[in-house]
Amino acid sequence: MKNAVNREIPEELLKDGKEVYQGKYYMDGKYIKRDSPKTRRYVKPQSSKLCSSIRKACERCGAHDGMTVSFHSEFREGDYVASMVAKVLVEEMGLKDITIAATSLGNAQDLIADYIEQGKVIGIQTSGVRGRIGEVISAGKLATPAIIRSHGGRPRAVEAGEVHIDIAFLAASTSDCWGNAKGVGGKNNCGSMGFAIHDSHYADHTVIITDTLVDFPNRPSSISAENVDCVCVVDSIGDATKIATKEARVTENPRELMMAEHAAEVIAATPYFTDGFSFQTGAGGPSLAVNRFIEKRMVEKGIKMSFALGGVTSAVCQLLDKGLVGAILDTQDFDMGAIKHLAEHPKHHEISMSEYANPANKGAYVNQLDFVVLSALEIDVDFNVNVITGSDGILRGAPGGHPDTAAGSKCCIIVTPLTRGRMATVCDEVVTVTTPGDCVDILVTDYGIAVNPLRNDLAQCLDAAGIEHVTIEWLRDKAYSLVGTPDALEWEDQVVAVVEARDGTLLDVVRKIRPLQLDG
Amino acid sequence: MIKRPKPQKFRLRRTMMFMNAQKPGLIKDAYIYGADSIILDLEDAVAENQKDAARFSLYQALQNVDYGDTEVIVRINGLDTPHWQEDIRCVVAGGADGIRIAKCESAQDVLTVEEHVLAAEREFGVEEGRTLLMAALESPKGILNAYEIVTASDRMFGCAISGGDFRKSMHVQIEEGGIEMLSARGQMLLAARAAGVQCFDTMFPYLDDTEGFQAEVIQNRKMGFDGKSVINPKQIRFVHETFAPTPKEIAYAEKLVRSFNEQAESGVGVYTVDGKMVDIPFFEDARRVIALAKACGVYKGDL
Amino acid sequence: MEIQKPAIAGTLESSDAQIVVEPFTDGIQLSIESSVMNQYGRQIKATVLETLEHLGVKNGKITVNDKGALECTLKARVECAVFRSCGASEKNIPWGGVVR
Repeated sequence: MKNAVNREIPEELLKDGKEVYQGKYYMDGKYIKRDSPKTRRYVKPQSSKLCSSIRKACERCGAHDGMTVSFHSEFREGDYVASMVAKVLVEEMGLKDITIAATSLGNAQDLIADYIEQGKVIGIQTSGVRGRIGEVISAGKLATPAIIRSHGGRPRAVEAGEVHIDIAFLAASTSDCWGNAKGVGGKNNCGSMGFAIHDSHYADHTVIITDTLVDFPNRPSSISAENVDCVCVVDSIGDATKIATKEARVTENPRELMMAEHAAEVIAATPYFTDGFSFQTGAGGPSLAVNRFIEKRMVEKGIKMSFALGGVTSAVCQLLDKGLVGAILDTQDFDMGAIKHLAEHPKHHEISMSEYANPANKGAYVNQLDFVVLSALEIDVDFNVNVITGSDGILRGAPGGHPDTAAGSKCCIIVTPLTRGRMATVCDEVVTVTTPGDCVDILVTDYGIAVNPLRNDLAQCLDAAGIEHVTIEWLRDKAYSLVGTPDALEWEDQVVAVVEARDGTLLDVVRKIRPLQLDG
Repeated sequence: MIKRPKPQKFRLRRTMMFMNAQKPGLIKDAYIYGADSIILDLEDAVAENQKDAARFSLYQALQNVDYGDTEVIVRINGLDTPHWQEDIRCVVAGGADGIRIAKCESAQDVLTVEEHVLAAEREFGVEEGRTLLMAALESPKGILNAYEIVTASDRMFGCAISGGDFRKSMHVQIEEGGIEMLSARGQMLLAARAAGVQCFDTMFPYLDDTEGFQAEVIQNRKMGFDGKSVINPKQIRFVHETFAPTPKEIAYAEKLVRSFNEQAESGVGVYTVDGKMVDIPFFEDARRVIALAKACGVYKGDL
Repeated sequence: MEIQKPAIAGTLESSDAQIVVEPFTDGIQLSIESSVMNQYGRQIKATVLETLEHLGVKNGKITVNDKGALECTLKARVECAVFRSCGASEKNIPWGGVVR
């Protein structure tokens, strides 16, 4: 059945109340009955929740075949905990048929790719898949299709009971023996633990894994002891220096800087660029660089930002320190400067993924956003964006908050080069839709700017400011004239991943790619 | 195949950006940054054992990449190398707009290049005289011979000083305020203006020293340069802004041109503006300012 | 042209392609690896074969390791490798002739 972004969704996926995507506000106003965890009672006083090993904690929490476990990805590429725990479950305890529900998965969890190949891990639910995990899923080796959800879609699915977490294993930079835990003050700090908070409310069991045990009470805490069953102390929970990945670094690339400057010009030309505006950038080089250029425009106009949202970098922290930003609402920190800033600055607040982006609560912060600047692996002539599959059809990306902020914000700007190597970023049809085109307003490339025809009001603003723009079809034609029109990818029937829209409807599926074989 | 329009000897050349002709990722779309000219480099940027490969890349790029209005100049290897003759054949056959002669020291150097360019134009059926030339002056001798160099050929549209080599030969370093090259810059400017060709300053090597860069660009403009070499796209915008006429200059030029047009129509022989007599060169300069303002995109009037 | 000795041109940098040509007596033996194989494999093959045809290369073992090179880069690398294999890459290149 075709959905509202013209994607064919296999009938067999439309069961248990699953529907196809029907537009960004389809679920607005509907009621939902929230799922609740099955919680063990601790009536008899105990001196501590410390467990001598991860295995002991697993046993106390009733780890079993066929269960669902969760991890957060605040340590990004530097995370040790997900692999560490998976190893205990699979190799020490011999468990099987495990489903992993993580906020993201990447190179740090390559070990889990082995367990997928061995058939021990049979389900993956995540917002991002990079590295070997993406490759083995794309190769059809995961027993059930992976489920890709946005950052807002994840807490929604948890609350809807579509994913019920048996045990949440949450890495924490510090914890006391009772389980009050946070992302600062320890040996390895990740800053915000916004990705972990919601899991601790909804998982049947929560295990805190830390490398820095501190005196009780470790307050104020991100994770409250009332939701924690066990605390494990390990040598090291992660390498915080790897949090700042290549994508999250400040760019010196002239092409990216040029695009960022144009994006800042576009922002300044819209009616939302007034005192008290709100703002978010994604972690890609060019979108992050917009921070640098927006500052100049704010000073010129004598205006301030009310709040900055989402993933946080030093760049936006510096804006706050200069008095240009009222508050930072932080789900995730992208560099060491931001982590330190969260610990020290009272206007820099940690927020949970649900507060941030959940489309099924009473109003997430993304709905308050004026601007979001995001990147894309591909964007098509209907403005649909793909941030999950490469142009070669392999899973290698992360929607993260992309679909949530695009849908919630008044002005969503995608910044991307027209081509990457020989891959056309602006194309006829994206390989996979992760953010529907009706949520995307303006595209800024190195070859020109295009405005979504749905936003004629914004096109008029650009005209008034003397900012030239072209049609997205023109950009596509330009891209193809540079790199040649690509051949269509060839697919097997097997669905390897399902992309859920943030409201839980089905946006797209990823099938197994059939690699091109040249003869002779 | 891309057919480039006939090169214009006199055009806007505020920025000339160097790109390594051997790097496919760079030359495929160097025009997007808005430099007036790009200089695809076969000389210093290309290793000695890759000169052949760079020529194949350059030829295919010239034949296939649509550089649009951006001027495409190629810096060829020095006349003291075994490479320059094949460089010229490649550049002319590929249809570049012009050649930058590295380490140019005499009128004879220009004539030698011109002879080979003409031969190549004939060999490849390119319109004779199409390929323009410019000279890079990199030594005291080059500076002292600047006038004979820029007048040696009709193809010559200008000259540029190349600071790196020049400073070495003068035993000086780059200095704040540019005292170390002041006389050389001045001498070259005099020669270029006397010959009626354009004059370009050297590139500024310290990418992170924004203040130093901007001071040099402002000084370039005050001295009368037409443009500057750049090595990174981030240097382009400031040069363009600095070389654009100011609103005050434009307003005065507009006034001069308008009153000239009115008085010429009414057949007046002696021109006056605001009650003062004005010589013809003032009007010519005013027209130049208006043309430059238009080319820089800062002129909104109807002249 | 005839491939006389093994020769190589190009790099493994992004947007480039490395071409190795080696003597071979029985037609063209072409092997292609590419970072954009699924979308451009066929076009890469066509470009390489067409370039070889222009150069009059009838025999040779050609190995292409493509990192997303544009067509004009592929052509330039193949041409350079073939001319190098004949020791003729430095001078008197037939620009606009077999090199086009």
